[in-house]
Amino acid sequence: MASNVSVPEQRRRSPWLASFYWLVIFITFVPIIVMVLYSFNNAPTSRITFAWNGFTTYWYRNLTQVDGLSHAFVTSLEVALISAVVSVIVGTPLSMALGRYRFWGKGLISSMVFADIAAPAIVVGAASLSFFLSINLDTGLLTILIAHIAFNVAYVVVVVRARLSGMDSSIEDAARDLGAGPFTTFTRVTLPLLWPALLAAGLLAFAMSIDDYVITSFVAGSTVTFPLFVYGAAKVGLPPQVLCFGTIIFFVGLLLALANGVLNRRHLAARAATEDDATKIVVETKQPAAV
Amino acid sequence: MPRRELLRTAGAGAGLLGLSSLLAACGIVGSDARGGADKVDWVSYWREQKRTGQLNFANWPLYIDSEHGKSESLVDFTKATGIKVDYEAVIQGDAPFYAAIEPLLSAQESTGYDIVVMTNGWYLTQLINSNFLVELDHSKLPNFANYASDLVKNPNYDPGNKYSVTWQTGFTGIAYNTKFIDRPITSFNDLADPAFKGHVGMMNDNVELGCAALLRMGVKPANSTPKQWAESTKWLEKQRELVLGYYDQSYIQYLENEDTWITQAWSGDVFQANLSGYPHLKYVVPKEGQVVWHDNMLIPRQAQNPLSALEWMNFYYTPKIAGIVEDWVNYVCPVPKAQQYIADVIKDPTVANSPLVFPPASITAQSNPYYVYKDYDEYETWNDTFNPIIE
Amino acid sequence: MSDTTTLAKPRNRRPSWVRRHSPPYWLSLVGGGWMLAFFLIPLVSGLIVSLETGNPLTGYHLTWNWSIYKQLFVHSDIPYTTFFLRSLYYGAATTILSILISYPMAYYIAFKVRDRWKSPLLFLVLLSFFVSFVIRTDMWSFILSNQGIVITALRKLHLVGKNFHILGTSNAVIGGDVYNNLAFMVLPIYVALERIDGRILEAARDLYANGRQVFLKVVLPLSRAGIFAGVLLVFITTVGDPVVSSLLGGVGTYTIGQAIQDSYLTNQQFNVAAALSTALMVVLGIIMFIYAKVFGTQNIENLV
Repeated sequence: MASNVSVPEQRRRSPWLASFYWLVIFITFVPIIVMVLYSFNNAPTSRITFAWNGFTTYWYRNLTQVDGLSHAFVTSLEVALISAVVSVIVGTPLSMALGRYRFWGKGLISSMVFADIAAPAIVVGAASLSFFLSINLDTGLLTILIAHIAFNVAYVVVVVRARLSGMDSSIEDAARDLGAGPFTTFTRVTLPLLWPALLAAGLLAFAMSIDDYVITSFVAGSTVTFPLFVYGAAKVGLPPQVLCFGTIIFFVGLLLALANGVLNRRHLAARAATEDDATKIVVETKQPAAV
Repeated sequence: MPRRELLRTAGAGAGLLGLSSLLAACGIVGSDARGGADKVDWVSYWREQKRTGQLNFANWPLYIDSEHGKSESLVDFTKATGIKVDYEAVIQGDAPFYAAIEPLLSAQESTGYDIVVMTNGWYLTQLINSNFLVELDHSKLPNFANYASDLVKNPNYDPGNKYSVTWQTGFTGIAYNTKFIDRPITSFNDLADPAFKGHVGMMNDNVELGCAALLRMGVKPANSTPKQWAESTKWLEKQRELVLGYYDQSYIQYLENEDTWITQAWSGDVFQANLSGYPHLKYVVPKEGQVVWHDNMLIPRQAQNPLSALEWMNFYYTPKIAGIVEDWVNYVCPVPKAQQYIADVIKDPTVANSPLVFPPASITAQSNPYYVYKDYDEYETWNDTFNPIIE
Repeated sequence: MSDTTTLAKPRNRRPSWVRRHSPPYWLSLVGGGWMLAFFLIPLVSGLIVSLETGNPLTGYHLTWNWSIYKQLFVHSDIPYTTFFLRSLYYGAATTILSILISYPMAYYIAFKVRDRWKSPLLFLVLLSFFVSFVIRTDMWSFILSNQGIVITALRKLHLVGKNFHILGTSNAVIGGDVYNNLAFMVLPIYVALERIDGRILEAARDLYANGRQVFLKVVLPLSRAGIFAGVLLVFITTVGDPVVSSLLGGVGTYTIGQAIQDSYLTNQQFNVAAALSTALMVVLGIIMFIYAKVFGTQNIENLV
């Protein structure tokens, strides 16, 4: 929308704003640069030291040497994947209820979703632990999953509901008029249209889960996830392999995003091409009626 | 919000409150009532154990000799006994590790480990009091009787070594950076020297903090009383404005990075700092005395391979194996005869001759152990006395 | 043309009252139920635990001990109230700084760049968040240390004295919080700015408004919802955070988040931790409610 601005307006340069933007971006990357750099630093005590001791790729070649680190990383991936999938499955029907219907209790549930997102992680974590202690449920992988799904559902609802409100429901009405039952409407019409939002919601849930430290620290019990491991190790002395993991994650994420961007462009171009064809057909079919 | 919605929300809230009261009316079950409440006949327990070929060993990071990911001591153990060792350096703190194993022990489940290593202190005392540990069969630990130093025999927190044998000992004293401080440092009072304002580091472990304050007053922590604890905080409160921060084990980073010039410190950390590019850092035993603590090997209950655990403990308490481990870990060795081994066989004079690793009697005489709490109330009193300083 | 007989008959031929009104309830069952059971009830459970007395060995029992709140905030040796106020201060400072930094960035992307660059530039803001925030914060504690690049450079330029240090101060904590929350403020403001129809800006200019007036009277008010969302996220996250203050702070930076975490995990005082946590939730709830009322956002739940 902001791009509706006329061309000369848009091109009015503001070097100050641009430099400010790039300065801030640079600052956000400083710790990343340091991390990448020091993942190659030789560390005689096997803990990162900030004196530069020479370049080495030893830590990359021995990623699994640190006890518990790879296990923690794999655990984090599992938790994030499971909680993302489950929260999308659980949250999508809820977003449809909130987005398409008006019913008693809708305000309450919406407020609850809002509160779930807005509540500080420390309060949620402490409260969850109080709850599990009170019902005598031992903390561990199960409680981590329960807690992660609980907050991820709210994120899924927000993302999917936003997409739903932007979606024209007349397509679904048309499907129903043509005799499709609610289930068929959902799987053949709504779901494909909603799919990008579901993917985005799932990715968001995955990201929120994999980086969660505070809530997990309360409900993890003896299970160790990657952020928990890093925080605990930071107090004792980080093994350089942690920096290697961070570097690898960073570059993998970067590559995925770039790939996504390239694929998106091609997809958009293809869709534009088919839309042109579709418009042509509509115009041609309308002609006879006009006559 | 319109009143109708407000009432509705209030109604829902009351409903929730009622529901949760039902749940929580049961309260939270204490660990005394769970898990360890049964009485065990340890003699028949040990008689029933069969030899297995496995050992699951949990320890702190960087606490065993390690060359390219392999431990010579563990490899030797497997060769000598045929027992495979699954070594996991997953313990990063007494409190979080205790929080991790307590629910399992309370539910009478296995922790997955046969040996765990914990520092003497409240959590170790709790494990003992809650009957969560296996009593050791000393008939299978002849090497401990023969080779262990007096410092680790019959400690105040585990009389007769009923449940524990020491893995490593450590001293807590003062470390300082000779680049910034010329004069000799001799006393805890130096930690409160106004010349070092803003560059003093202290530990946020309230036990270490409290012991330092008590020793400065001339009181031995092990025999101290709550009145003396309160008395010692006066100095700590005055010192507070000079302190840069109360740190956990990261204190050594602040010292290395020159944020702090003088700090409470653990002997082994300073030794290793000297070897890794910081030779100008010095550890001193204050004239009022230093603090001594032990990281102990324990067998948690429901362990699946307790005999293997005993075999390792016995295997470790020899000059050769303790020497191999000590040459790498550089804390205080519980086997004095290992000094000979390190000097003659490993040929490492830096470690063999270090008073930080093999302290002479004059230094061990100045070493004072922690206070042992009798129950939760004493522990709370200590916390309530010293936590206000840290927080 | 008259194929009505071949059209399939709609399945819900006899919509009863239940059938007509039940779909949303069935749909909300699992999701709503999960959040009710594992989000709402634990919050109440936290309140209940705060009213219990006991210790981890002998167990806790509900004694409706409301005096614990007075004990912690009025009579305590440990200054919990100070921690509270300090955390609120950190939250406010971080929020204000965040707005000052994020707004220009969002504005730049929304108005000053061509369409095809918008996504990449926005993406660059988010890119550094791929790495775990614990790792990034720990890297800062090295960069800002006395021996680190920043202070050494400042000293060489004679901009600071010998005793200057960054780590261990409140400013380091606030800086770390701003750093960690950047994306949470840039994104909502960007979304709000992006929705502004450019023709409104043109119209304003046609009516002789200068640049500053256009911004203050047109752009800023239209982006209010975005600022509100950003403030909500950043303020609440910062007030409760225990990580940044523990990694970058020192004496005099202890926050209520750290207090809650320590009393649960280190000191094992379950009722104290639950009480602090419930008090935090109530205070934040009140503050956010007042903020929403004052800044005119009518139905909070419609933000979702």
